[in-house]
Amino acid sequence: MLEIKCPYCGKRSQNEFSYGGDAKIKRPELGKEISDKEWDNFVYYRDNPKGKHSELWHHISGCRQWFKVSRDTASHEIFKTAKLDEDL
Amino acid sequence: MKDGTMSMDVDVGLIWLETHQMIKFTSSIKWEKSQKIMSNKFRLSSGGQINRTERISFKFNGKTFYGFKGDTLASALLANGVHLIGRSFKYHRPRGIFSSGAEETNALVQVIKDKGKTDPNIRATQIEIFEGFNAESQNCWPTVNFDLGAINNLFSPIIPAGFYYKTFMWPANLWGGYEHFIRKAAGLGKSPTENDPDIYDHKYYHCDVLIVGSGPAGLSAAKVAVKTGKKILLVDERPSFGGNLAFADEELSKINDLKPSEWIEETCTELQNNKNIKILNRTSVAAYHNYNYLIMMQNLSDHLSEKEKKGKIRQRLWKVRAKKVILATGSIERPMVFDCNDRPGIMLSSAVRKYINYYGVKCGNNVVIFTSNDDAYETAISLHNKGVKIEAIVDIREQSSGDLPKKCNELGIKILWKNTIIYTEGYKKINNVHVMKLSNNNSCIIGNKFKINCDLLCVSGGYTPAVHLFTQSGGKLTFNEGKYYFQPKTTSPNQISVGSCNGTFGLKKIIEETQTKTNEFLNLNHNDQSNITESKSGNFENIWLLPSDKVSGKTKPFVDYQNDTTANDIKLALREGYKSIEHVKRYTTTGMATDQGKIGNMHALGIVSEITNTKMGELGTTTFRPPYTPLTFGAVVGRNVKQFFDIVRKTPIHEWHEKNGAKFEDVGQWKRAWYYPNKNETMYEAVQRESKAARNGAGILDASTLGKIDIQGSDASEFLNRVYTNAWSKLAIGKCRYGLMLNDDGMVYDDGVTTRLGDNHYIMTTTTGGAASVMSKLEDFLQTEWPELNVYLTSVTDHFATVSVCGSHSKKILEKVVKNINFSNQNFPHMSFKEGLVDKIKCRVMRISFTGELSYEINVQSNYGQVVWEKCMEAGKEFKITPYGTEAMHLLRAEKGFIIAGQETDGTITPVDLQMDWIISKKKYDFIGKRSLYRSDTMRENRKQLVGLLTNDPKEILEEGAQIVEEVKSKPPMDMIGHVTSSYYSPNLNKSIALAVVKNGKKLKGKKLFVPMSDKTIEVTVSDTVFLDKEGDRLNA
Repeated sequence: MLEIKCPYCGKRSQNEFSYGGDAKIKRPELGKEISDKEWDNFVYYRDNPKGKHSELWHHISGCRQWFKVSRDTASHEIFKTAKLDEDL
Repeated sequence: MKDGTMSMDVDVGLIWLETHQMIKFTSSIKWEKSQKIMSNKFRLSSGGQINRTERISFKFNGKTFYGFKGDTLASALLANGVHLIGRSFKYHRPRGIFSSGAEETNALVQVIKDKGKTDPNIRATQIEIFEGFNAESQNCWPTVNFDLGAINNLFSPIIPAGFYYKTFMWPANLWGGYEHFIRKAAGLGKSPTENDPDIYDHKYYHCDVLIVGSGPAGLSAAKVAVKTGKKILLVDERPSFGGNLAFADEELSKINDLKPSEWIEETCTELQNNKNIKILNRTSVAAYHNYNYLIMMQNLSDHLSEKEKKGKIRQRLWKVRAKKVILATGSIERPMVFDCNDRPGIMLSSAVRKYINYYGVKCGNNVVIFTSNDDAYETAISLHNKGVKIEAIVDIREQSSGDLPKKCNELGIKILWKNTIIYTEGYKKINNVHVMKLSNNNSCIIGNKFKINCDLLCVSGGYTPAVHLFTQSGGKLTFNEGKYYFQPKTTSPNQISVGSCNGTFGLKKIIEETQTKTNEFLNLNHNDQSNITESKSGNFENIWLLPSDKVSGKTKPFVDYQNDTTANDIKLALREGYKSIEHVKRYTTTGMATDQGKIGNMHALGIVSEITNTKMGELGTTTFRPPYTPLTFGAVVGRNVKQFFDIVRKTPIHEWHEKNGAKFEDVGQWKRAWYYPNKNETMYEAVQRESKAARNGAGILDASTLGKIDIQGSDASEFLNRVYTNAWSKLAIGKCRYGLMLNDDGMVYDDGVTTRLGDNHYIMTTTTGGAASVMSKLEDFLQTEWPELNVYLTSVTDHFATVSVCGSHSKKILEKVVKNINFSNQNFPHMSFKEGLVDKIKCRVMRISFTGELSYEINVQSNYGQVVWEKCMEAGKEFKITPYGTEAMHLLRAEKGFIIAGQETDGTITPVDLQMDWIISKKKYDFIGKRSLYRSDTMRENRKQLVGLLTNDPKEILEEGAQIVEEVKSKPPMDMIGHVTSSYYSPNLNKSIALAVVKNGKKLKGKKLFVPMSDKTIEVTVSDTVFLDKEGDRLNA
């Protein structure tokens, strides 16, 4: 079980958190006209890298804040966690 | 040929033996029962660390024995001369006690407790006896002495590895016949058939340093670690501390002039007096997860008598997060692999040493020792000094430069250098070994064969570091070519391995290296100078599979004793093309028994490496998975049983429902009133009655479980515009609106009514089951996508109780209960909200309807829920108000064609598919999922769409989930074009109604379709989804 440092609460066990997907996905601007392909890429396509990955996590059983995590998907090493408006 | 004949003779003899005993079977049982308590004739008169003042009587296979406090079942049985404990899994070969700890592969027993409760597969080498202890052998019938399953041994040439895969593959339809017999043969012990009465516990623990293992390395590390002044935890799986040093020969090594046992005692006392350290015995680390998270099982009362156990916790599961971990898990001795190396009376040399030095038990009187290293000589000296005759030491090495072999020579013990054992005899107990000389390169045997009679064979094939936990934590191994074992390669900043689990052997080296490494690891400088005397150790030689004088098909060199895997099975797997060690393991089942290959895995790897000519380092090991030793289900579950298994949420009105005979339904974690049967009423009858009453008179429903989210902030309207498909900005204060929420993929996610309480204040309702995930989703969007919005969310589901009153009399009831609201249609129309008072209780009243009937929802602070409910019941008495449950609610909404998110929708249904185009705002610039509604697939005309279905026979009720076809064929396959999502008999329409999703459904109105069932085909006609009051007159009544 991972130990994740919530930027608001500090180190907590993984079972307090829920995973929220790739942090690098950029949501298309509201109301912007975009192609099917662009939209499909946003909704359906995700990279599945072995190694360093930027992720969103939710401190769902804690402060309920979303934040960013840089994690190695193979070794589970967590390099850094950051608030949403901070750089990873 | 000669060898072949001999091998046949043995097998025939074996069957004769079993058959002979069949005749003597009845009398033997009588004989066994007539035996008085056996004497401890193999117990030395003094010595050992058992408590000789506390004599304990116990039962094994119905016979009464005695032992002493501190004995394991194994040591107590050995003291009584009992070696035969069980039968092997496949061939039912007699097996005895092989080791003295967690690695035991043979001596598994069934521990019997009161009232038929029982524990299977308990290692006799670990379980401690207590007064009244009772255990039996496993995998044998009728008894361990006479086991009919042993016939398998005769057929062993035709049941090789992969036998089951090869034989039972064909013909496939006969599997049903085979299955019964195979299932019966599978498994070792018997499962308990009654509920476990014991208490189990869970505990979370955080510490600065966790030390696993209390051998010389673990204790030395602890001595240093306590100097940090931080929180230290030291655990050991054994009842007492000291690891293998606890049974070292007392004369051969000294630490600071203390005997090993004295040093252990002194060190433990010193540690126990230090308040920084917590020390746990009988605590085994089962799993080592990421970030130093370890799961351990502490045995608290298995060693106590039934009386002492009473009211005590049996086992406690520790969930430990340690800042730093020191692994001092030691090493496990390995056996030698040669023909018939599995007989009772063949034991690990270190185990024999433990039994004589720690328990004061000699495992035999005439001993042969078979070794590849100097460690076994310590066993020889301990045995010799305690009066046990060493017939010979068979050593595969040319010679040894160590001190101990020299000492054995001086003691007059015969050493046969460069010799090997090629075979053993003795069916239920070894009685001799066959010895031959090894050739120079160890590849074959030479010279003449000779026999040595014995009643005990100690084997020692060297030690394998116990790297299980290290690799579980993600550590990588390297193969030490000179020493023939895998040892830790990688290091991590928050973990070290010390002692023999790290490949360090020799007492002096272990203690000194541990001190240095621990100081470094914890940034300390506390090196105690220890003065250690020990014997110099000689070289070590290794042969994975010893040469034999027979062709390999005629031998049984066991690698995995418990699963009966021999070296020949491994060779066969390789011949049949299995190359990966993971595949060889699964095909031959080597290392897959309850001991997980602690004893034999290295040999399996070695044999594969030799035959495939692959370096061990390249071959790698199979994966070490948790748990290290088996956990009980009880420990895993802890106190989360029965009513504590999952969280149960009850509404504030639950008690009333219970008192009034409601049946409950689980919706998420909630208990919801399902229906309220009158005396002798079936569910169907109750639901019909409730549905009729709710429509024609007055009904009352507990709607407290619906999710409620309080939304405030200057951008609240904009936020709702983005999360719902319809527009919200123009909703007047005091008005309610139904909203549909989509996912980004355009599929319906959740629905509910949201009410505007103020300019910047809304209260949203969600489905009961979707409340938590909707809340998370809204937080996600607010925090990650639209942080610029000024919106605050609060989950208030539990803050309010909701009483829903519906039916034509509902207005009159509300007028009686909430006196300060004008309920006229003009003042309080459908889809609006008012604040009111029930006596002095503040309430919010919404005129909204899920039944299509005139309907009001009263929301009050939770703790007033039942009071308000009862007031409504009282006020509704004259109108025969009827409580109705979720089932009637579902029926009523189906009559109106209202969907339930999750029943009509399944993540593949868009609002357009639901024929709810009206709810999609064309004016809004965007909302979640909008763009997806314009993809070619979501715009496709022949998507599955929501329709109504009427059965041609109005009495026929469709089954929910039933498939729908356009054309019936005599047998499947038929093209399925949809399925039934909701189906009821409507008491208000007096006919069966159903909702369904059907391909191209919008265009099929009036068309006949078919629902084929197993016994008949039901004809249906596609209809509108709204079956009752299409105009909505009743709502606005």
